[in-house]
Amino acid sequence: MNNETHTAPTFAQSVWLVSNREITARLRSKSFLIATGILLLISMASVIVGSIVSQNTSLTKVAVVGTALGVVEQTKAFDIVESDTVKGAEALVRDGTVDAAVVPSDSADSLLGITVIALDSAPRDVLGTLSVSPDVKILEPASQDGFLAYLVAIGFGIIFLMSATTFGATIAQSVVEEKQTRIVEILMSTISVRALLAGKVLGNSLMAFGQIVSIGLLVSIGLAVTGQRVLLADVGPAIVWFAVFFAFGFVLLAALYAATASMVSRQEDVGSATSPVLFLVMIPYFMVVFFNDNPLVLAIMSYVPFSAPVGMPVRIFLGQAEWWEPMLSLVVLALSTMVVILIGSRIYSNALLRMGARVSLREALKG
Amino acid sequence: MLDIRGVTKSYGTTKVLTDVSFTVGDGRLTGFVGANGAGKTTTMRIILGVLSPDSGTVLIGGIPVTAGDRRRFGYMPEERGLYPKMKVAEQLVYLARLHGLSPASARRNTGDLLERLGLGARAGDTVESLSLGNQQRAQIAAALVHDPEFLVLDEPFSGLDPLAVEVVMSVLAGHAAQGVPVLFSSHQLDIVERLCDDLVIIADGEIRANGSRDALREQHGSPRFEIRTAGDTGWIRSQPGITVIDFDGDHAVFEAETDAASQAVLHRAVALGAVHSFSQQRPSLATIFREVIA
Repeated sequence: MNNETHTAPTFAQSVWLVSNREITARLRSKSFLIATGILLLISMASVIVGSIVSQNTSLTKVAVVGTALGVVEQTKAFDIVESDTVKGAEALVRDGTVDAAVVPSDSADSLLGITVIALDSAPRDVLGTLSVSPDVKILEPASQDGFLAYLVAIGFGIIFLMSATTFGATIAQSVVEEKQTRIVEILMSTISVRALLAGKVLGNSLMAFGQIVSIGLLVSIGLAVTGQRVLLADVGPAIVWFAVFFAFGFVLLAALYAATASMVSRQEDVGSATSPVLFLVMIPYFMVVFFNDNPLVLAIMSYVPFSAPVGMPVRIFLGQAEWWEPMLSLVVLALSTMVVILIGSRIYSNALLRMGARVSLREALKG
Repeated sequence: MLDIRGVTKSYGTTKVLTDVSFTVGDGRLTGFVGANGAGKTTTMRIILGVLSPDSGTVLIGGIPVTAGDRRRFGYMPEERGLYPKMKVAEQLVYLARLHGLSPASARRNTGDLLERLGLGARAGDTVESLSLGNQQRAQIAAALVHDPEFLVLDEPFSGLDPLAVEVVMSVLAGHAAQGVPVLFSSHQLDIVERLCDDLVIIADGEIRANGSRDALREQHGSPRFEIRTAGDTGWIRSQPGITVIDFDGDHAVFEAETDAASQAVLHRAVALGAVHSFSQQRPSLATIFREVIA
C-alpha cells in the first residue's frame, strides 16, 4: 500500500471512467458483438442485393429476321440474334433462347412493317421500345422515385428502431444490474449520481452512435463500390443528418431508459418498466412505414423530438425540407433532450436506493 | 476523527434516527451494534453521503464532510455487490480510479490487496465465478483498494468462514494501526468484543451507549468477584458485606457491597494460604447489549 495523496477526479473524469467501463463491458459481451455483426451484415447485404437487382437490366434478347434488322438495330436496346427464317426465329422463341422475335410484317398496311412474335404473352418491354409514343411534359417532377423513397424511409426507421431498442435495453439492464447487485451503493458513495448517470448515457450513446456511423459508412462505401453513385449523392446528405439527429435523439432515449429502469430492482421487471419508452421508439417507425407519402405527417414527425431522427432525414431525402428546417428541429430536439436529462436524473437519483417494490413515478419525482 | 452530530432521519412518518451522535476516533476500531432495523445501515449511509439526513451533520476534523472527503472513505455496504461479469482485479482498479487513484497506483494497490486477502490467484476471474467466501473477500478489497482515510463496513464478517474472519480482522486492525478510524457493524458480538476499541450501541434509532469497550464494561460491570485458592473457601460466607453466589470447595463467586469488603476477602485469603486467582467478573458484550437495549 502506498500513501500517495488522492486527487479527487473531476466530474468529467468520473463521467469518462464510467462511460469507459460501459463501453468495455459492451465490447466484451458476445451477444452485443453478434447483434452488431448481424446488423452490419444486413445493411451490407441490402446494398449488394440492391446493386444486383439494378444491374440485372441486361439487354433483352430478340431474334431478328431480314428487313426487321434495320428497325431493331436503331433502338440499340436489344441483344440481337439473327435468324434466316421466320420459322427459325419462332423455334428460338419456343426454346427460350430469345425473349421475342421481330420479323418483317406480312400485311402490307402494317404501320411499322414488322411483327413481334412472343411465346405466351405480349412482351411489354419489346413493344414499349418499338412503339411510337407521344412527347410527355411533366409539370412537377418528383425528386425521388416513389419506391426508392419508401425503401429509404423504412431503412431509416428500421435502423433507428434497432439501434435505439438495442442500446436502450442495454442501458436499462446495466442500471438495474447496478441496483440489483447493490454496487450502486459503493458507486454513490464515491461519485455523484449525476456523474454516474451521465457516464452511462455517454458510454452507451457513443456505442450506439458508433454503430450508426459504421452502418452509414458501410452503406455509403457499398453504394460507391457497387457503382450506385447516383443513389449515394441522393441519400448521402440524409444519412449525415440522420447521424446528427440520432446522436441527440439517442441521448434523450437513453436518459429515459435509465430513469424508468431505475424504478425497478430486478432484471425481470426491466421490460415492463421501460415499455412506455419502447412505445415512444416504435411510433416513428410505424409512422414512417404508413405515412412516408404524406408530407403533412412527415412534417409534424420531423419536429416531434421522438420521431425527428427519422422524420427529418426522410424529408431531406425527399427534398421536402427547407434548408433551415433541420437546424430548427435540431434545436427543438436538443432543448427537449436537456429537459429530459434533468427530469431523468431526478428520477434516477431518487429511485436508485429504493429496493424491492417498484417505485412509483410520483415518488421518484418527489424524492 | 469523525463526528456524527445530532443526525435525524425520517422516511415519511417513520422516524428511523433520532438525534444520533457519536465519534469515531483516529486509529480506533469502533464497533456499531444494534438489532435489525435499529438504524445502523441508515446511519452508515448518511456518513457516506448516500443518504442525506433531515438534520444534523457529519464532521471530519471538526469540519463538515464534503464530497471530496468522501472520495477518501472506504465503504462496504451490508448487501454485497460487485459487477458479476467483471474480472476481480479490473473491478478493483475501476473502483480505485473512481476514488481518484492514478492507473498505476490503482493497479499496484489491487495487486497488493488481493495477495493479502488470499485472492491473488483469482485476480483474472469474474466475480460470479468466485465462491461466496471469496466474493466476500473481493467485497472487502473493494472497500480498501484506495487506501481509505476512513473506513465504514456494514457487517463485514457475515458470511465469512472462521479463517476469513481472522484475515479480515487482521486487515482491519492493520488499517486502524495506521491511524485510520474504522467503524464496523456486526451481529457477531464475540467478534466485536475481541476486535473493537470503542463501542456504539443503537436501538430504535437512538444511541443507547457509547464509549470505550473497557469503560462500558466498567460501567455495566457487576460487583461480582471470583476467587480460587489452595484451601477451602467456606469462610467467605461469614465475611461482612459479602453474598456468596456460587461455592465449590476451593472456588467461590461472591458479590461485594463495597470495594473494601472485596479487598478484605482477598487479604484474608492470602493470610490463610495460596491464592490462585482473584478477579472481578467482567460482563460480556452480550450482557451489556441486553442490558442497554432493554
